[in-house]
Amino acid sequence: MTTQTTSRVNVTPSASDIISKVRAEHGPLMFHQSGGCCDGSSPMCYEDGEFIIGSSDVLLGQIDGCNFWMSSDQFEYWQHTHLTIDVTPGRGASFSLEIPMGVRFMIRSRLFEPDEMEHLAPVHVGPLE
Amino acid sequence: METLELVETHANRPKFRSHYDNYIGGKWVPPVGGEYFDNTSPVDGSLIAKMPRSKAADVDLAVAAAQKAFETWGKTSATERSKVLLQIADVIEKNLEFLARVETVENGKALRETMAADLPLCVDHFRYFAGVIRAEEGSATELNADTLSLIIKEPVGVVGQIIPWNFPLLMATWKLAPALAAGCCVVIKPAEQTPTSLAIMFELLEGIVPAGVVNIIQGFGPEAGKPLAQHKGINKVAFTGETTTGRLIMQYASENLIPVTMELGGKSPNIFMKSIADHDDEFFDKCVEGAVMFALNQGEICTCPSRLLVHEDIYDKFMERVIARTKAIKLGHPLDPDTMMGAQASNDQYEKILSYIDIGKQEGAEVLTGGGPADSVEGGFYIQPTIFKGNNKMRIFQEEIFGPVLSVTTFKDADEAVAIANDTLYGLGAGFWSRDAHELYTIPRQIQAGRVWVNCYHDYPAHAPFGGYKKSGFGRENHLMMLNHYRQVKNLLISYSKNKLGFF
Repeated sequence: MTTQTTSRVNVTPSASDIISKVRAEHGPLMFHQSGGCCDGSSPMCYEDGEFIIGSSDVLLGQIDGCNFWMSSDQFEYWQHTHLTIDVTPGRGASFSLEIPMGVRFMIRSRLFEPDEMEHLAPVHVGPLE
Repeated sequence: METLELVETHANRPKFRSHYDNYIGGKWVPPVGGEYFDNTSPVDGSLIAKMPRSKAADVDLAVAAAQKAFETWGKTSATERSKVLLQIADVIEKNLEFLARVETVENGKALRETMAADLPLCVDHFRYFAGVIRAEEGSATELNADTLSLIIKEPVGVVGQIIPWNFPLLMATWKLAPALAAGCCVVIKPAEQTPTSLAIMFELLEGIVPAGVVNIIQGFGPEAGKPLAQHKGINKVAFTGETTTGRLIMQYASENLIPVTMELGGKSPNIFMKSIADHDDEFFDKCVEGAVMFALNQGEICTCPSRLLVHEDIYDKFMERVIARTKAIKLGHPLDPDTMMGAQASNDQYEKILSYIDIGKQEGAEVLTGGGPADSVEGGFYIQPTIFKGNNKMRIFQEEIFGPVLSVTTFKDADEAVAIANDTLYGLGAGFWSRDAHELYTIPRQIQAGRVWVNCYHDYPAHAPFGGYKKSGFGRENHLMMLNHYRQVKNLLISYSKNKLGFF
């Protein structure tokens, strides 16, 4: 029996490339998944610590060394899906750091397989110590 | 001012300048860093114009200009401010068709919507706020025979406004009209997808709005929007957008201890009770249209009725009509007056909507119509109006797709309808349709949303307050109560007694 855990978030090579470029300019980064209007339902990329993590935020994992967060109530509806952070040409409209490069991070989702569901990595809730 | 002439092509695309600048202190000012970015049209991918790539230094200039203008504008009489608002409305009305075409080219929405909704609503909105401030009064209360309390409303000062791209001129109007009516000065940042139409509107308004009262800063969110939201020289922030940026802006506002108003989207339920299908008449036809309103503005509306809740007994009869009406939506070039649905506003928006259609299919939702891209105009971003059947726990029922995607489910009775309607993080809009006079009042009262349309949808008249419950934000726009979000209360507590208190 495998004891390997299933990750909840992943990143495409093209998104990885953009993360590297943004990090070269801004230093360590973090992601917070948004919801709602306009540019909502898109991942936001900030300098690490720019966005204050609260007791209602869930840490889904890391992509390229960046923590990926989401509010816990949104996570309730998302937790059965695996998220891949991708990137697409576009203008965006938010404070996400990649926007001036003419690209926008976006989420591609797939349902977890039943055996993956059994081995999901536990999530951390609230700010890291 | 250069004349903005129209080039007559088959689609009447307006002629744009090669570039536009920031509008600061009544002048068109190039960005300090000298950089510009390309603004392209979602209609066909063509270049509209180059726009300033502003940074913090540009925001500093704009805030300083607004602060200077506030010294006089903040003291103008309601009569004077009202006159300016009326003149703004007149100029927009006079140039309505031109501005509608500009808005269509920039945003991608169909011309018949910008002609019939966006621009006429702008006109009316300025007139509404011009009117209410003439009729307003403060209050005076005699607390006792010698003590009078005077309540006077004073403008908060300089406000920062961050505007979304889905209704570039109308959303700017929703924020500008009450702020100017209240006596505030504004630094406004349009969305980087749709920066040009507001600049063109203010070219037309030159000589009407006093210098520095409205300042427009163009650029990208992290470079221009963030320094505006953080600026120590502003006294209030108004934002329409999504939840994470909303939280970040509140975080910045908390550092400066200034108030904010937020409109953060929704996942609006549209509930159709059994009685709507009692007759096949005009009202039933209105209900069918009400369900298809998800396609208005290509679904790019915070209140898009994207969750359709239909009583199980009428599902087949009603949905047959709704699907047929959806299939009859005419896609095409947005500048064609017959086109009913235009382009999504940007490529990233287009990709995101398609990713949601994908997750909907993966989750087992049934595609009733649509379900993929459309090819209305080469180089543009078009998606078929799409209807899924599924259940409310699916992600397509819970997340704001901001596209022409409808998710339908059924309910057995009113309690279940309300439970499904309220099972969402958001509470901006909702629709309720019935022929039953009793439930027309009692059920909407149970829906947790700031606006419940009853036997109608997507109507946004001035004088009807609009804003969110739950994670959809706070503040009420479109109504005189918004004035108080741009003002603070000065209380003069006056003693007419000649006698000392006797403590000392």
